[in-house]
Amino acid sequence: MKVVVIGNGMVGYKFCEKLVAKFEPGTYSLMVFGEEPRPAYDRVHLSEFFSGKSADDLLMAPANWYADNNIILHTGDPVKEINREKKAILSHKGLTVEYDYLVLATGSAAFVPPIPGVDKKGVFLYRTIEDLEMMTAHASKAKRGAVIGGGLLGLEAAKAMIDLGVTDTHVIEFAPRLMPRQIDDSGSKILQSKLETLGLTIFTNKNTSCITGDESITGMQFSDGTSIDVDMLVISAGIKPRDELAKAAGLETGPRGGIVVNEKMQTTDETIFAIGECALFNGMIYGLVAPGYEMADVVVATLSAAEKAFAGFDMSTKLKLIGVDVASFGDPFVPAADCRTVVFEDTMKGVYKRINISTDGKYLLGGVLIGDAAAYNMLLQTTKNKVALPENPEDILLGSRGGDAPQGVGVAGLPADAVICSCEGITKGAICSAVEAGNETFDSIKKCTKAATCCGGCAPMVKDIITYTLKSQGKYIRNVVCEHFNYSRQELYDLIKIKKIKSYDDVLDELGHGDGCEVCKPVVASILASLWNEMILVKGNDTAQDSNDRYLANIQKGGTYSVVPRIPGGEITPEKLIVIGEVAKKYNLYTKVTGGQRIDLFGAHVSDLPAIWEELIAAGFESGHAYGKALRTVKSCVGSTWCRFGLHDSVSFAIQIEERYRGLRAPHKIKSAVSGCIRECAEAQSKDFGIIATERGWNLYVGGNGGSKPQHAILLAADLDSETCIKYIDRFLMFYIKTADPLTRTATWLNKLEGGMDYLRNVVINDSLGINAELEAEMQSLVDNYKCEWKEVVDNPELRKRFNHFVNAPEEKDPSIQFEMMRDQKKAAGW
Amino acid sequence: MSSTTTLTEVHWFFACKTDDVPLNGGVCVKYKEEQIALFHFSRREEWYATQNMCPHKHQMALSRGMIGTQNGEPKVACPFHKKTFSLEDGRCLSDEAECSLKTYPVKIEEDRVYIGFYGGFDKLSLTNI
Ligand code: SRM
Ligand SMILES: Cc1cc2nc3c(=O)[nH]c(=O)nc-3n(C[C@H](O)[C@H](O)[C@H](O)COP(=O)(O)OP(=O)(O)OC[C@H]3O[C@@H](n4cnc5c(N)ncnc54)[C@H](O)[C@@H]3O)c2cc1C
Ligand code: SF4
Ligand code: FES
Repeated sequence: MKVVVIGNGMVGYKFCEKLVAKFEPGTYSLMVFGEEPRPAYDRVHLSEFFSGKSADDLLMAPANWYADNNIILHTGDPVKEINREKKAILSHKGLTVEYDYLVLATGSAAFVPPIPGVDKKGVFLYRTIEDLEMMTAHASKAKRGAVIGGGLLGLEAAKAMIDLGVTDTHVIEFAPRLMPRQIDDSGSKILQSKLETLGLTIFTNKNTSCITGDESITGMQFSDGTSIDVDMLVISAGIKPRDELAKAAGLETGPRGGIVVNEKMQTTDETIFAIGECALFNGMIYGLVAPGYEMADVVVATLSAAEKAFAGFDMSTKLKLIGVDVASFGDPFVPAADCRTVVFEDTMKGVYKRINISTDGKYLLGGVLIGDAAAYNMLLQTTKNKVALPENPEDILLGSRGGDAPQGVGVAGLPADAVICSCEGITKGAICSAVEAGNETFDSIKKCTKAATCCGGCAPMVKDIITYTLKSQGKYIRNVVCEHFNYSRQELYDLIKIKKIKSYDDVLDELGHGDGCEVCKPVVASILASLWNEMILVKGNDTAQDSNDRYLANIQKGGTYSVVPRIPGGEITPEKLIVIGEVAKKYNLYTKVTGGQRIDLFGAHVSDLPAIWEELIAAGFESGHAYGKALRTVKSCVGSTWCRFGLHDSVSFAIQIEERYRGLRAPHKIKSAVSGCIRECAEAQSKDFGIIATERGWNLYVGGNGGSKPQHAILLAADLDSETCIKYIDRFLMFYIKTADPLTRTATWLNKLEGGMDYLRNVVINDSLGINAELEAEMQSLVDNYKCEWKEVVDNPELRKRFNHFVNAPEEKDPSIQFEMMRDQKKAAGW
Repeated sequence: MSSTTTLTEVHWFFACKTDDVPLNGGVCVKYKEEQIALFHFSRREEWYATQNMCPHKHQMALSRGMIGTQNGEPKVACPFHKKTFSLEDGRCLSDEAECSLKTYPVKIEEDRVYIGFYGGFDKLSLTNI
């Protein structure tokens, strides 16, 4: 069987992958022609090209994959003609190839509306890596940008412009609202105001009449007489199926484009198939990957004489547009008369949720989620599988509000044929059986079923199904650390403490098996440090430390390190500032004030670290533990010593706290702050623990963080005196250290803690577990044991030796390290 | 496979003393203009050598990585983005699409560590012939 594929895009590639998996080698020959210069790449994640992914990172499979699977791939060689009589194709470079079956996977091109001036310099499309490369080259000169089209791709293109530094960007939509095809009116409004707060300017009801400028674009004019100045434009006004080859070969195409196919994806010539974005099924083009993959599957089944038909496809989507969740599922637009609609709207937070429920209240028909799409997977499955809704259907959107456990529909309620991973078409049943067959981790499920390997949107649900299957088999679910330890972090902590083990190797011998790995080593090393607070680089524990801990510094691009001395409370004398300046000058370090009220010196060679620290320590500095899962900074505002509103001396208290907990190692980093009054200039409520002065003492907040998922800390206790405040912090921190999973900040830990804040308050304040005396004693012993680890290295020649780059040329530095200059200082050269 | 004879022409380069290398850890060795990562997997009483450059972002970093095993196979994790590579054959274990590491033989004589280089070729290009 000779198969020729035209088009090496996402769907064309998936067809090859599925064919190779289905047919025995030797039973077919497979040749692929692609117009683009490189093998198929992941167009869905195209925009990640701007956040650092290279063209190679985006490849669907490495170039040698095709040869390894006996596929002949011609890239950069588009097919020019199909000769149906001779059953052969002719390529641009002059190859003639005969086929038994031909698969058209030519995808689509961006639709360019006939606006005068679209051919000017500075006007781009957004579809291929080459488009993105050209945009990048132009963007460095551009200041103001625009995108024609406020649909899904248009908004992605707008985000790309912002990423490229064209922050003054306009989105121009012809319809009265954004994403008119996916979401409803109110949803669009919320999305629009959210995007506007992020800096985009959005025009709706606007029709572009011409693009102005001589050779390059300088502006746009609209049919309502208005105009704007822009020097860069991306057109994203929809897609146009690539059906020109098929049309020329006499195959039937649709009036608005697309190659007409039947339910077996056959065109009007039964030996020629069309799949992906070029195929027109039942009058519809499916502009998403998942239906394209399903079409590829149908063709492979048909070729292997199996019965499989394409039955249309659900167009539900979930995306993150410029950091805003947007999802629509089922039918988002059911008319009010045919359903009951529940809407939740929070204009402050920019959250909008709508679900459409059948009039009898039994089933979910569809809906829209903006701003928070965490419930998407569950709602989609509930819709697709017609799962019966709970008595109060609004609970599935709002959670139960009566104090009982939430009434939602869990993975247990889904039927076995519910499709969980729609990209790969994997059902709940398939995942459950794979788990029952012994694939009990997320990684092994990914490997053996391929679920969650494409867009990854179903990952949380796949994990839930694994846990659910294991539980229903009566297995005790534990968060074990890795293949070398059959314990959770909390269990390991308790065992190491009871057995008083002090080195990584002994822990592995007594409690684990095998030879360890990069997952369990830092976990155990951190437990050892939390328990005994010994110097982390001794007793063979040095190589069990995470690389940053091992060198007591953060590694950076290029392989240099940063130096962050502790500056408690952000208070520093002029003398000490001068020392930092002098050290930075002597060792040629980039110098920056951090977001944590201290100073970071970047770009130090590993072999310079001990000498740099020797000078800093001599001037009275100590390690700031910027490299450790440890206490970072305790920020403070200036407080009552200077501020006219200050109630107490926040700086002194911040210094006292920072010095108490410095060097404390924990499952993740810990940050704190002290504000002198409720104006909160130190941002204490965004910290793992934060303290705010009141008329009568201090309010203590816990469980906050910034970072990727910001969350405010919650009040633990009010109006405390300093001593009680510290006592509560001791207990809180020690309880966290003992019970949290690895790499879990206090906020996430508290969110997962059964009973939540009420439970924590009971433990810390009412001593409900009867462990407070123990927690305080443990903390006190850690405090008493504190030593500056950099001082110990500086004073120890054996340890200093570990900081050379070459073991056999200790005086030489890594010659591959390179810097560039920027604003009179150095910076690391690009990757 | 005509050039298999050159396989035996190993040139042994003296790298360092055994106790210059931390237990269960690595160091970087300078060989001509190249950087080699040398590991002492003391828990298994094994020595390994690979190129020091991580193929992911071309960082000279593997000697500073953590070593361990995956299903019994010794590996090293790059400190930058934790991609892991087999110490036995250099293949990337965490990402099929990633390039492999060059690996080199190591031999110990008393307290001296030697790394083996093939005359004119490296092992990788030989096995590809
Ligand atoms: C230097 C600094 C940025 C700056 O120039 O201001 C910085 C730099 C880094 N941050 Fe940060 N963060 C810095 C303040 C912050 C802040 C702001 C603050 O502390 O007030 C935050 C948000 C607040 C928070 O953490 O709650 C912050 C949230 C993060 C996160 C996300 C944590 C999270 O829970 O989501 C990471 C990643 C991580 O830790 O896993 C991170 C990780 C990093 C690392 C360590 C990334 C790395 O592994 O290489 C950066 C290395 C710096 C270096 O080479 O020395 N950095 N980082 C700031 C150092 C503060 C200091 O004096 O120690
Ligand atoms: C920026 C962006 C973001 C997207 N985000 C999502 C998303 O989040 N979710 C989602 O489901 N979908 C998304 N899509 C859509 C998705 O990428 C497409 O549905 C998918 O790529 C279609 O695959 P295809 O193989 O049919 O077409 P394509 O990937 O376009 O591949 C067709 C290939 O055929 C080649 N070709 C055309 N004619 C010839 C010829 N005569 N000879 C040889 N080769 C030829 C083309 O050059 C092209 O390489 C996004 C698209 C873009 C551009
Ligand atoms: S936000 Fe933090 S981790 Fe991210 S680039 Fe800036 S310093 Fe690095
Ligand atoms: S540079 Fe080594 S994993 Fe990225």
